[in-house]
Amino acid sequence: MKLITHNMLTSKSLKGVNVGFPLKICATEVKEVAVDFNPEFVTRMIPKLDWDALCQAAESLGCLNDLPRSVNPNHENDEEFLKKAHHVLLEVEVIEGELVCPETGRKFPVNEGIPNMLLNEDEV
Amino acid sequence: MIEIQSQMTERALELLALQEDVPCFILDIGCGSGLSGQTLEESGHFWIGVDISSAMLSVALEREVEGDMMLGDMGQGMCFRAGSFDGAISISALQWLCNADKTSHSPPKRLFKFFSTLYSCLSRGSRAVFQFYPENSEQIELITQQAMKAGFTGGLVVDYPNSTKAKKMFLVLFTGGHQKLPKALGTEEQQNTGTDHIPYSDKRERMKQIRGKAPKKSRDWILEKKERRRRQGRNVRPDTKYTGRKRSGKF
Repeated sequence: MKLITHNMLTSKSLKGVNVGFPLKICATEVKEVAVDFNPEFVTRMIPKLDWDALCQAAESLGCLNDLPRSVNPNHENDEEFLKKAHHVLLEVEVIEGELVCPETGRKFPVNEGIPNMLLNEDEV
Repeated sequence: MIEIQSQMTERALELLALQEDVPCFILDIGCGSGLSGQTLEESGHFWIGVDISSAMLSVALEREVEGDMMLGDMGQGMCFRAGSFDGAISISALQWLCNADKTSHSPPKRLFKFFSTLYSCLSRGSRAVFQFYPENSEQIELITQQAMKAGFTGGLVVDYPNSTKAKKMFLVLFTGGHQKLPKALGTEEQQNTGTDHIPYSDKRERMKQIRGKAPKKSRDWILEKKERRRRQGRNVRPDTKYTGRKRSGKF
């Protein structure tokens, strides 16, 4: 599971959850992969992201490095910034671990990079 | 099989009408073994896939697809933040929501949960395109009803409606208010039939008139059918003033 996915994922489908974001990541295995840099895609995604949640998640995985805490308003032209964002969003993957709902504490296991978001009948 | 899936995905992408040459963030619902996802990748998009079968997702992992996948049940809702995606596609998956696999499942409720959560996680103005195989017209009705209830506009695009083999159904849903439905393939002879009705129905009506038979279920049709059955020697009720009478809603 890449951090870009984590930035969009919520536990809202659970009964009684209002926001369900961001999910806390408890990772036991993290991998870094190489993905082709596409500056246009990164630029388009930045306004949609919850930047604080992204920084938090990156920090918990230990890959925050020198990613700025706030988005540069002129980010389209700042290639260094886009490259760092690209790395954190697309090149870091959680392979094994758990995602925890911030409101109910319900744990969603992650196996082989795939989070299991299936809910039990009584949780829907 | 693989060829058909990728063709359908390409057609779905076409119907999605994304901006040209712009890499987008797409949701693949019922992504299965990643066939459709790979077609999305080839067009330069990044995708997230959801599927209920871990076996299928394992196959996708083996194929080393680039998209991110998750195990999830579409009838439980799309658990993403509002306005996350630029579009959504689904190939051969939507019909599964019409089955009640457990006694606790209610297909209309699950369909509504799915469509309403999908509506919120799509960005305004984007579309969702579903290629699916409906068992009958009741299923189509059920699906479109719940989609409209969730706030979508749009309708069914039927490619090659005259060919049993080539016929493909695409449910095209819009989030940004009413828009013109895309033109279906294989319907060049239809010109001004109005873009949101099934292209074949006009031709069907004309053929009916040529044959000189009464339209389905009218009193004339009922009388003709009774006559036919009498000729076959069956025991048929006499024709009275009550034959083919309009019944109240209870029936």
